[in-house]
Amino acid sequence: MAQQLRPSKPADKQSKIDWSRRQEAENFAETVKLFRQGKIDPDMFRRFRLQHGAYGTRMTDDYAMVRIKVPAGQVYPNQLEKIAQLSEMYSIGSAHFSTRENIQLHWVILEDVSEIMQSLSDVGMTSREACGNTVRNVMCSPMSGVCKDEIFDTTPYALAIARFMLRNPICQGLPRKFKFNFTCCEKHGMIRIVDVGLLPQIQEIDGEKRKGFKIFLGGGLGNRSFVGHQLEDFTPVEDLLYTSMAVIRIFDRMGDRKNLSRNRMRYLVNDLGWEKFQNLVLKERAVVKATQSVIVKLNIDDSVNEIQRPISVNDESASVPDGYARWEKTNVEKQSQSGFNSVFIGLEAGDITANQLRSVAEIIRDYSAEGFARNGFSQNIVIRYVHDDDLKSMYSRLIENGLAKTGSLTMASAVGCSGTTSCNLALTNSHRLAKEVQRKFLELNYDEDDDLKDSTIKISGCPNSCGQHQIATIGFYGGGGRHGTDMFPNYTMSLGGKFDEDAMLGHHTARVPVKRIIPVILKIIELFKENKQSDDTLAKWIDRVVSGNESSKITGVDDIKKAIAPLIVPPNVEDEPDFYMDYGSDTNYHTVTGKGECAA
Amino acid sequence: MCCMIDSDIPIINSKLLREKIQENSIRIVDVRREQEYQQGHITNAVNLPLAKLLADDSSESIQKIAQDLGISDETPTVIYDDTFGALSSRVVWALQYIGHEDVKLLDVTFSQWKDLGYEISTEVPEIETATHSVKINPEIMATAEYLEKVKENKNVVIIDNRERLNYLEQHIPGAINIPYRTLATDGKILRTKEGMKTLLKNRGISEDAEIITYCGSVGTLSGLAYYALKSIGVPNVKLYVHSFKEWKSLEKPIDKQENANYWDLSAE
Ligand code: HEM
Ligand code: SF4
Repeated sequence: MAQQLRPSKPADKQSKIDWSRRQEAENFAETVKLFRQGKIDPDMFRRFRLQHGAYGTRMTDDYAMVRIKVPAGQVYPNQLEKIAQLSEMYSIGSAHFSTRENIQLHWVILEDVSEIMQSLSDVGMTSREACGNTVRNVMCSPMSGVCKDEIFDTTPYALAIARFMLRNPICQGLPRKFKFNFTCCEKHGMIRIVDVGLLPQIQEIDGEKRKGFKIFLGGGLGNRSFVGHQLEDFTPVEDLLYTSMAVIRIFDRMGDRKNLSRNRMRYLVNDLGWEKFQNLVLKERAVVKATQSVIVKLNIDDSVNEIQRPISVNDESASVPDGYARWEKTNVEKQSQSGFNSVFIGLEAGDITANQLRSVAEIIRDYSAEGFARNGFSQNIVIRYVHDDDLKSMYSRLIENGLAKTGSLTMASAVGCSGTTSCNLALTNSHRLAKEVQRKFLELNYDEDDDLKDSTIKISGCPNSCGQHQIATIGFYGGGGRHGTDMFPNYTMSLGGKFDEDAMLGHHTARVPVKRIIPVILKIIELFKENKQSDDTLAKWIDRVVSGNESSKITGVDDIKKAIAPLIVPPNVEDEPDFYMDYGSDTNYHTVTGKGECAA
Repeated sequence: MCCMIDSDIPIINSKLLREKIQENSIRIVDVRREQEYQQGHITNAVNLPLAKLLADDSSESIQKIAQDLGISDETPTVIYDDTFGALSSRVVWALQYIGHEDVKLLDVTFSQWKDLGYEISTEVPEIETATHSVKINPEIMATAEYLEKVKENKNVVIIDNRERLNYLEQHIPGAINIPYRTLATDGKILRTKEGMKTLLKNRGISEDAEIITYCGSVGTLSGLAYYALKSIGVPNVKLYVHSFKEWKSLEKPIDKQENANYWDLSAE
């Protein structure tokens, strides 16, 4: 067997930006102590804790969830290794990748949070402003820089905005949380469901190409959801900062600080009406520009990332591991750079063990020519710049570490918020349900079905939408149902949500008991297969059904309701006790919720 | 008392140990399995597989083991393993229990020692048996009965050193959780003294408290915590040697975290 000599690996790439500030850890420890001694008002403490990235935990004051920010989703091997270690020291030996490119540690003892913050500083990370009424983690499409349809790479702009806003006094006491999303193209980013969404554009003025954005404002998901509005045709990059500051200043001044349940900026936009809000922003931007005494500029690092293929051992005699074709089809995306691929690593509802984190770090070093990874939007990790010739060997490595789950880029990778695994407001175990759905899909090989590829399933444990159910092709949010005196977990199903250029929120269709969700999804797929047109996909078909444009046997949502009606009738508790238990629980269902902190 | 190894340094530094290796007055004990030991160990180390000690940990048995390893009352002894110090701490505790004073943990594991490029050998040193007395040290031992009696006392802190998930699922009522991983740092089996003190301070654990540590079954993980606490000078630390396994078999009361499905958060 001819094995090439293994050249030494290129030096580990590390984050160029240090997001941390070391003193914050000590300050946090001191404040926890004062709080425990009753010297700080609990409400003040809560705000402080959230500003530093620590959420409360389900039914207890003793534990926190630490949300580590990953600006633009860019995460480095040494950071993953550090998080692995921290998860074993202070958490449950696993970490969680969230839909907003954060990495979370759950069930952390409040008194240990400062130690985590301290250690995060060692690798340049922070949890600061990951929660609370401030600018949350600035997201960027995991395909930015490698997407075939992108106009330019927005990553440097996302990082610059994140840098400008972090710890900035103007963001410390907003009426409510505030979210920025940057994308590469319409398909890969969620720009219409956040406060500020940015799509790259190029405009030619007098033969000169200028970079800029289409900016969408006032979108967001929640108990009431809205789709963002486009501010103007084209916003040049020079105006990115002024526009952002203008929007934040208006929100800060006019946002609702009293009514906690309707104080996201989208409500302000809705109350004022879009045109009025739009005018305000444009005027405010002019004021911001005119009144600045010093020119404030974004610190944009446009330097090119070094791309260097780390030659791993190239074993030509190795056989192609089983399942490779299926994995490649459903997890690998070709890049605009020829010969390179972006590999999606699917995690069940975002969960990953400490050992797997260490393996991911090693795999990045061995296979990614850019030397770091990107967090995705669906609780997943993307390792980019993997050379065509290295895919098979990388697949073997992923299998060895339980990281080769297929279907990452398909409907099979269901998203689920944390639900009753840790969230105070949860009514159901949406987290586990997402895993159950995914397992079923993989068992049925549905990940390989091209008709299902562009559809999504997203699940929240209550109406608050952390699982983003409204933008899913098939979405669910949890609640309780009752049959006689017996309660069971009962989800509201919505159909036809979309987040791309025709962003649309899903159409509430029916209430589905938890133990009937899988049968109902399968039934919908069956109806689709019976009635589809030749080049149809499930997402397109459902879109026609919910908008009343479908001409087959199923003409509208009512026909779907009728078809699933027999499936969702509650049985008597004696006949099917399991129906009355949530996934992951062996006792009868009842709702327990604590004090929510989403508004804090 | 002989002070070959500075007793103020509670844990022996690997560099220092290298210097001492050549002097035969110190005993190095490798507590890995016999087979592992035979494949290579720190030069001059003798072997005591932990299982042998656990098979019978009466004071007579510990005494015999010490004597067979050539450890007299005065012999400075250094213990190491390849299991982040948990196995060797349990052995340290046993020796301290029969009254041996000069016994320390090596600050790195065998693998780390090897990675540092330090001397290893396959040679088995000759052992001259020694005599060791038994002066039981009851204040470092906790039994289930004792624990139950004192657990409500204000000054008593019970520490569970198992992983967080095990703790959430069930634990001794009133116990707090410090997973054994918390005790280490990068490349060393224990935190620095300041690091350990900060941990206690953050958790509001007074160094004057009576601290009882326990873990899953035989007192290894909690042995490490016992050692870590002792090594920073906490005076009153006890090991609940038979730990949670015994506690459960005796059907003593157990607490758990209610109304949360945290297990589903951990990737299998
Ligand atoms: C009224 C209260 C809340 C509202 C309206 C709310 C809203 C949201 C929304 C809309 C998202 C989706 C991310 C996006 O913006 O694209 C999100 C994400 C998230 N939220 Fe909340 N949230 C609330 C409370 C909570 C609470 C109490 C927790 C638990 C500690 C929580 C945990 C999360 C998590 C973990 C995510 C990331 C999703 C993931 O698990 O991957 N949220 N939240
Ligand atoms: S959707 Fe509800 S259950 Fe899920 S994390 Fe958000 S608040 Fe909690």
